[in-house]
Amino acid sequence: MAESLTAVQDNDQPLLMAEGLSKTYGRLAACREVSFALYPGEVLAIVGESGSGKSTLLQLLSAQLAPSAGNVSYRMRDGVMRDLAALGEAERRFLFRTDWGYVHQDPVLGLRMAVSAGANVGERLMAVGANHYGRIRHTATSWLERVEIDVGRIDDAPRTYSGGMRQRLQIARNLVTEPRLVFMDEPTGGLDVSVQARLLDLMRNLVSELGLAAIVVTHDLAVARLLSHRVMVMKGGRVIETGLTDQVLDDPREPYTQLLVSSILPA
Amino acid sequence: MTPMIDIRQAEKTFIMHLQGGIELPVVRGVTFHVEPGECVVLSGPSGAGKSSILKMIFGNYRCDGGCIGIRHQGALVDLASAEPRQILSVRRATIGYVSQFLRAVPRVATIDVVAEPLIANGMARPEAQERAGQLLRRLNIPERLWTLPPSTFSGGEQQRVNIARGFISELPILLLDEPTASLDAANRAVVVELIDRKKRAGVAMVAIVHDDEIRHRIADRIVDVTSFASAA
Repeated sequence: MAESLTAVQDNDQPLLMAEGLSKTYGRLAACREVSFALYPGEVLAIVGESGSGKSTLLQLLSAQLAPSAGNVSYRMRDGVMRDLAALGEAERRFLFRTDWGYVHQDPVLGLRMAVSAGANVGERLMAVGANHYGRIRHTATSWLERVEIDVGRIDDAPRTYSGGMRQRLQIARNLVTEPRLVFMDEPTGGLDVSVQARLLDLMRNLVSELGLAAIVVTHDLAVARLLSHRVMVMKGGRVIETGLTDQVLDDPREPYTQLLVSSILPA
Repeated sequence: MTPMIDIRQAEKTFIMHLQGGIELPVVRGVTFHVEPGECVVLSGPSGAGKSSILKMIFGNYRCDGGCIGIRHQGALVDLASAEPRQILSVRRATIGYVSQFLRAVPRVATIDVVAEPLIANGMARPEAQERAGQLLRRLNIPERLWTLPPSTFSGGEQQRVNIARGFISELPILLLDEPTASLDAANRAVVVELIDRKKRAGVAMVAIVHDDEIRHRIADRIVDVTSFASAA
C-alpha cells in the first residue's frame, strides 16, 4: 500500500471518561482499575454475572457511590470536561434532574407509585422549571404515547400498571427532559419475555432517534446484542474483555467470555 | 484504479478455552484485493475459511495479524486495527453484509427491516419505505406480508428479505455469504440481476456461492481460499 493507513477522522469528543476506577470494601475489591471513554450517541453494555461488579461500576459512573481510587469526568453542556467528584451541588442536581436518566431494574425505585402517571412524567419537567400546567400535560401525554401507554390511563397511579407498563413509564419519566446520557440497570430484568421484546424494540428506537448515549448493565447477552454498540465483560471486578458488541459475542477471546457466550440456551 | 478492499497477510486462529485451549487455525496469509465494480468469488471446500474471511472484512471476527485495508470516505482504513467506533462508521457508510440468515428484531415489520439501513443514513421514512417496497416486489415478497415481522416467514422468504435489506443501500462494498442458497430459479435470477446492477454502479463485492452456474454468472475473478487454509 503506497499510502499509509489513516484513522477515521472523528472530531467529537468523549461525553464521559472513567480513569482507573476502583471501589474496595475492606479487603473486597468490587471494582478494579476500570478505564474507558463513552462518546455521544454511543450505547455501551456492561455484562457479567451476579457479583462481577457491574452494578457497583454503574453506581460509580453515575456518581451515586464515591470511588476508592480513580475518577469519572463528564462533559457538561458548556463543553467543559468536569470531574464528578468536584461538582457543586447545583451542578450535580442539574445532572440528575436533567442531563442524565437512570432506569432502575425495579420501576418502583424510579417512579412515585402513589401519584398519577402524568405527574410522574411532569414532575421531572417541573424540576427543570416548567410551570405551565397545560404544556406540561401536553408533553406528558405525548411521552406516554411514545412509550405506547394508553393516554386514557394518564391519571392512574403506576400502582395500577402492569410491570411492562411501569417500566415504559419509568423510561418516559427519564427521557422527558431530553438527557444526553441514560444509565440502565437490568432494564428488562423483571419482565416476561414477550414484554421484554417490546421494551427492547422501544428502547432501541428511542436511543437512536434521540441520539442518546447509554450505559446498560445486563446479564442478558441478547439485550446487549440488540441495544449496544460496544460491550465490556466484567469478572471479579475487572473488565476482562471489551470491543464491538458483535465481535465480542461472535468471536469471544477470553475463557470467561467464551463460557458466557456458550452458556446461552438456544430458544 | 484504487482498490476498495486491499487485504495483506491477514490471519485468524480460534483458541477454544473451553476445550482445553485447543488452537484452531482458520486462515493465514490471506492476500487479495477488490476493485470498484468487481465481484470476487471466494472458492474452496466447506470449512476452508470463506465465511471467516468475509466476517474479518466486516470487522465481525477479529484479525490476529496482517491488515484489512478498506477505502472509506476517501481514506484507507485498516479494519484489523480499527477502534470499534471506526468499524461502526465503516459499516454505516461503506460496507454492507448479506448473511445467510436474517437476524431481525422481534416485532419490526418487514418493510421497516428492509428500509432501516436507508433511514439510519438519514433518508426520510416514507421514501425509504417506498424503495424497500420496490425491492421486495422485485424479490417476489407479496405485499400483504410487508407489515408482518419476517420471523414467521419461510427460509426462502427470510433470505429474500435479508437480500433486500443488504441491496437497498448505496454502499460501495457488499459482502455476500451464499445469497442464493435457499432460493428457487426465478429468485436466483433476480439476485444475479441485482448483482449485475451493483457492478455497473461501481460496487466492489466479495461473494461466497456454491452454485456453479451462479458463480459463473457473477464472478469476475475467483480467489481460491484453500491455499490460505493449508498455510494456517
